[in-house]
Amino acid sequence: MSDRLTQAQAVMQSLPHAQSLGMILAEMSAGQATITMPYDPRLIGDPATGVLHGGAISALMDTASGAAVMCHPSAPAATATLDLRIDYMRPATPGQAITARAVCHHVTRTVAFVRVTATDADESRPVAMGTGTFTLERPPA
Amino acid sequence: MTRKPPEPVEVVKSRREAALARLVAGVPYIGFLGARFDRRGDELTAVLPFHPSLIGNPAIPALHGGATAAFLEVAAIIELAWSSLWQDMEEGRIDPAAETFPALPKTITFTVDYLRSGLPRDAYARATVTRRGRRFATVQVEAWQDNRAKPFAQASAHFLLPEP
Repeated sequence: MSDRLTQAQAVMQSLPHAQSLGMILAEMSAGQATITMPYDPRLIGDPATGVLHGGAISALMDTASGAAVMCHPSAPAATATLDLRIDYMRPATPGQAITARAVCHHVTRTVAFVRVTATDADESRPVAMGTGTFTLERPPA
Repeated sequence: MTRKPPEPVEVVKSRREAALARLVAGVPYIGFLGARFDRRGDELTAVLPFHPSLIGNPAIPALHGGATAAFLEVAAIIELAWSSLWQDMEEGRIDPAAETFPALPKTITFTVDYLRSGLPRDAYARATVTRRGRRFATVQVEAWQDNRAKPFAQASAHFLLPEP
């Protein structure tokens, strides 16, 4: 793995909020990132069903999207979310980890475009899908 | 003509506080984030006290975009549930101490815009129910920190309402 990717991984794993949600960086390569968040009762939105709160899934999808931007071949110096739209297709199955896969599919000089999908153990039926735009700070020339 | 005397203010207040507390306590994730709700009459303000675990980028440092999104979503859901609970409670259809409590709305889509980076300070949010239909509702929510006129994030969401 290149130095840049190793560095990006270290940055990702030092984010306090990502850490407090228990996120694990599973994969990171050329504009693609996969992050997993184990099931945790503290993140429940509806105790009657045990389903995770949408906010926790949004946080996971935002983190995976930012990671995908950071490891894009254009080698950004920094990124920040401009906007993120998430469609929740079905409740996540209680007890199962959530995995977010993000792809930074296009960048301009200043903006990065990302698609992100969240799944539980049944990967054929996504829990949520999102699209986002991110700022792109180019490293000083 | 005899008129029913108005309820003592303490009774009214404690009923409303109990209903809000029960609604908020019903979502474990709100406790995880550390958010709470201030009430003035029926108006709610969501408050997110700053905590180091909410930081996304330690270099700036800035609030994590995910924490901001989650805070806005929580503010939107609670406002939506609270506004219908309020009506039912004031018209005597729901007793906040009753065993059954209405189910929460489910998020269908959530779109958040980040306007400036979140500072390592307390954050506030207010949500407005733009439209409530029979099955669907639309909510707008805005969050700010030091300066009410300078929101740092806004969101718009569609919710599926619980079956009556």
